[in-house]
Amino acid sequence: MSHPVPHTGDGGVQAERIALVDLLDRVLAGGVVITGEIRLSIADIDLVRVSLQALIASVSGGFGETRD
Amino acid sequence: MTECGVWAYAVSAEIGPDRLAGLTGVAGQPVRSVTGDGLAAAVSTVSMAEFGEQPLRRRLEDLAWLGATARAHHQVIEALAPPVVPLRLATIYRDDSNVAALLTQRQADFAAALAELTGRSEWGVKLFVGQSVAPATPAEPDLPGAGPGLSYLRRRQRQLAARDQARQAGAATAQQVHAALGRLAAASQLRPLQSAELTGEVTAMLLNATYLVDDAASARFAEAAATLGRQHGVRVEITGPWPPYSFAVLAPREAAS
Repeated sequence: MSHPVPHTGDGGVQAERIALVDLLDRVLAGGVVITGEIRLSIADIDLVRVSLQALIASVSGGFGETRD
Repeated sequence: MTECGVWAYAVSAEIGPDRLAGLTGVAGQPVRSVTGDGLAAAVSTVSMAEFGEQPLRRRLEDLAWLGATARAHHQVIEALAPPVVPLRLATIYRDDSNVAALLTQRQADFAAALAELTGRSEWGVKLFVGQSVAPATPAEPDLPGAGPGLSYLRRRQRQLAARDQARQAGAATAQQVHAALGRLAAASQLRPLQSAELTGEVTAMLLNATYLVDDAASARFAEAAATLGRQHGVRVEITGPWPPYSFAVLAPREAAS
């Protein structure tokens, strides 16, 4: 399976960042949540999910890139 | 002695040893498989000093750490042969025997989920306002006799009306494109729109959706998305194929009788 590639037609740095945003959106909100004999699941950490969008927005542009 | 846990990535029907050879996961640890009842889970060992609840809470707020961990999680899932059922990031078990017990207890549910996902992948589609369709507010001459205050109010009113109109048109376009693409997909899901700060795009996002598409139809799906974008004068961004993060679902466990 090939790595997801955003078809942005933009520079690599931006494509990289878009991929991270999409990836976080999927791995934090998607995937199967299992209850039971589990030690820890991110579903227990609601705080993170709620604040994630705000967190990313607040640091966007801070990915080591410069935008004008 | 350092206390350890087991990070679980995904469940599949079988994971050949060659798939995992040399593969490292979160915290750079080697990935291994745990098997049970005709299923296999990809797992690796994590230190609870780093991945226990309290340290994890803190680290999840650190975007650099979160990004690296998410990529490591994703990389392992991508290395497995589809179909796979990805597990939510930070699903951590006490030890391998707990993972094996999970596979046995939920065998039928995982098998059903894997059957649903066989031959299908997830594709993300975003729509952005096209550059050319920025609302044009024609500069009307100020009415003779109208003071600067009144002229300003009229101008402002027109701007707001134009913006409102553009917003409604954008929402209608998003709805139409989503409906059309949904007909080409086995399942679809709307995701929250991302702000311009987040996307780095200059124009507003109209649609952020994800689709489960038959692999045999993926080229047709991508073509349809591009065509719809052109027809509606919006910019389309497609990502994929993704592991089916948004479409892996386990049937709720039946209550013990």
